Amino acid sequence: MDDALIEKLGILADAAKYDASCASSGAKPRSGGKEGLGSTTGAGICHAYTPDGRCVSLLKILLTNHCLFDCVYCINRRSSNVRRARFTVAEVVELTLGFYKRNCIEGLFLSSGIIRSPDHTMEQMMLVARTLRRDHGFAGYIHLKTIPEASPWLIEQAGLWADRLSINLELPSDHSLKAFAPEKNGGTIKAVMGQVNERIVEAKEERRRFSPAGQSTQLIVGADDATDRSVLETSGTLYQRYGLRRVYYSAFSPIPEASSVLPVKPPPLQRENRLYQADWLLRYYGFTVEEIASGGEGGMLDLGIDPKLAWALKNRERFPVDVNRADREMLLRVPGLGARAVDKILSARRHTRLRMEDLGRLSSGLRRARPFLIAADYHPVGGLTDRLDLRQRLVTPSSQLSLF
Amino acid sequence: MHTITLREGADLDGFRRAVRRLAASRTEPDTVLWSVGAPSLFGDDAAPASENGLPLFLPHAVGQLIETVVCHGDPERYALLHRLVWRVLNGERALLDQHADPLVHRLERLDKAVRRDIHKMHAFLRFRALPDPDGGERYVAWFEPDHHIVEAVAPFFVERFESMVWTILTPKGSLHWDRQHLMTGPPAERPDSLADDRFAEGWLRYYESTFNPARVNPTAMRAEMPRKYWVNMPETAAIPAMVRSAPARVQAMLEAEAAIPRRRTPEKAVAAMARQAPESLADLNRLIQRSEPLVPGATQAVLGEGPEGAAIAIVGEQPGDQEDREARPFVGPAGQLLTAALEEAGIDRGSLYLTNAVKHFKFVQRGKRRIHQSPTAGEVKHYRWWLMTELGFVRPRLVVALGATAALALSGRPVAVLRERGPMAFDGWDGFVTVHPSYLLRLPGDEERRRAQAEFVADLRRAAALA
Ligand code: SF4
Repeated sequence: MDDALIEKLGILADAAKYDASCASSGAKPRSGGKEGLGSTTGAGICHAYTPDGRCVSLLKILLTNHCLFDCVYCINRRSSNVRRARFTVAEVVELTLGFYKRNCIEGLFLSSGIIRSPDHTMEQMMLVARTLRRDHGFAGYIHLKTIPEASPWLIEQAGLWADRLSINLELPSDHSLKAFAPEKNGGTIKAVMGQVNERIVEAKEERRRFSPAGQSTQLIVGADDATDRSVLETSGTLYQRYGLRRVYYSAFSPIPEASSVLPVKPPPLQRENRLYQADWLLRYYGFTVEEIASGGEGGMLDLGIDPKLAWALKNRERFPVDVNRADREMLLRVPGLGARAVDKILSARRHTRLRMEDLGRLSSGLRRARPFLIAADYHPVGGLTDRLDLRQRLVTPSSQLSLF
Repeated sequence: MHTITLREGADLDGFRRAVRRLAASRTEPDTVLWSVGAPSLFGDDAAPASENGLPLFLPHAVGQLIETVVCHGDPERYALLHRLVWRVLNGERALLDQHADPLVHRLERLDKAVRRDIHKMHAFLRFRALPDPDGGERYVAWFEPDHHIVEAVAPFFVERFESMVWTILTPKGSLHWDRQHLMTGPPAERPDSLADDRFAEGWLRYYESTFNPARVNPTAMRAEMPRKYWVNMPETAAIPAMVRSAPARVQAMLEAEAAIPRRRTPEKAVAAMARQAPESLADLNRLIQRSEPLVPGATQAVLGEGPEGAAIAIVGEQPGDQEDREARPFVGPAGQLLTAALEEAGIDRGSLYLTNAVKHFKFVQRGKRRIHQSPTAGEVKHYRWWLMTELGFVRPRLVVALGATAALALSGRPVAVLRERGPMAFDGWDGFVTVHPSYLLRLPGDEERRRAQAEFVADLRRAAALA
């Protein structure tokens, strides 16, 4: 690896860091064996964390940051003055293998600005994946960000080699997409999502390999005027209609070379955090978008408390919940009780009537859950849930923001 | 009081043997003292089998928990595990479900600590490449785990890096892999220096570049990557400077005026970009040849054949064995039958455009034979873009689908050929559906086949008339 390559790596990693996707999970366990290289374990491993608290799991780079498009929120748009660079297919392959062998990464996340034509760009990305898999027996994780404007056949080819395909929607509504990404077309993006989803479902039925770890997308929050409710509605539709594995939220963050169309101040990072929590409730806790949004005001989530607590405070009449009797659905709605704690409660209560002390060993969020619970030796008298200052009492004074 | 001394580290075998004996003699946990250090009382494999006691039947989860917890550094681990086994054997089979039980709770915490340690070693260990005397590369890593997990992590590294030669050194033992065998070795000293190569330098640059200063949050970082691991990770050297410079970098970004766009509006390039579809049949064919088969088997793509602008395009299912070898459509037995039928119908084969819905021969190898496999509906759909683009260049007046697969590819829906044979509108094309000649080859009786062939020839005549 020479100086020039290191220099390019710096530029093209910098350009890729605004993509929030990082997961390397969901692939079927496999291994490269004696001749190949690498394995996937199904769960994915974070190999390091950077000082922004985010993990490094994949080598996340752009093939090139030259771009013919002019999306205002993007540092790589054609009208920006950033330094440009471009990898060859062979260079990306060399970097991926080199870092993988040193146990720095789980695999590759490859994205790209659009050069020459969407097809040309997509083909280069597909060639990287194909070279890694076919010529080097690479069994690590590969995530390709598809270029939605590329021809369907190329996306089919990409799906043969990648573990995951993603198609970034970036903006939750068609009208902001039109305003901010003039060359992009919401219809095309969703058509590709539909195509990819169809192929994934078929491949499962026919036991073929096609993007086995599913597809994901990213939404930028805070660059346009979309409310949390409309962001979540978009996600809800994406999960239902296109079977997406993950929707990533990326709080719009100041970029060098910002366009004058963009807001000057970034949105609070906490907003992104709340959206992730809400997304979690959507996918694993049986909440609807309507319920989650009802916990906030004017379509925005409450930044001070998490969305589950916000919902509970607005639905106090449904609490307290008896941990020795309530069904799973209702236990999952108790603030402070995670899915894992709920499962432990369900299995433990088959043997004994749970007391507060037992719960303390089953859940680490008991302090917050307390006002909403009934246990064998504990019944909040006078209805703690009616107290007006409940919200105050539950919010930790200096809430340190933590990222997912 | 019984005293049992186990080997240093994670002595799973010693513990197993001891517990079997203790269970056989119904020795209560309170009367046993477990210690670690000297060679194990039961540790030598030469001990007669009867001395080892009989295997115990424990629930799977208990066995798993023991395997992890013996790796923990806590000197009490064996006593706790013994108590667990005792209770499980004495009427509490489902003890592990009782997460609120203090013993279970404590063991779960030990289990979690060991798992976390294993996970962090998988994640945070870094190999460095050293040149090997015999020209290859040898990868060496130094790591400091909290618990006795060196043997527990070995399978992960063997599986992942089976094709490399590597060594992992730790203060609790070492591992050596030569691409064939795994050898365990004694505890190691931290090597003075492990020379870094340019990849390490590149990695450092990557690590710095992938950090977004606008989101600095060292607390979240340290929660996942505690400081004690940093000595093993070369990239952490950059952290202090990254954190220190972050606020100034953000401030600079916020203060900077919005960028004046570079005067770069490459209208021509952007317009040209929209015209990316292949511009000729030859272009398209090059694409097809470059692409990976979307069905298993196939040595090469079989392209369509015939003049552009042909009045009739005939679409078959997929190339067969002979077509795959010669890279030409309709040259096998079914193709010969088609040629004969065309002749009988008075149609010149050379005036037609002949192609297949699926461009590759799908087969499984059985000994020397390559057994044809029908493409699935999904596979047919994969090829549809190519087929439709191809027809777009040929622009025939009529498209004839031979058999169900071709009809599916052209119409996008399953078609019952024998019932629906005759004219049919395809996605933008006037079409005609008839049987595939290989269907005729499969018919059992001579009589039946003759009749079916006559019908096929009649279909071809009708199609020619329509075109
Ligand atoms: S197409 Fe992608 S890389 Fe190009 S400007 Fe838009 S978002 Fe940026």
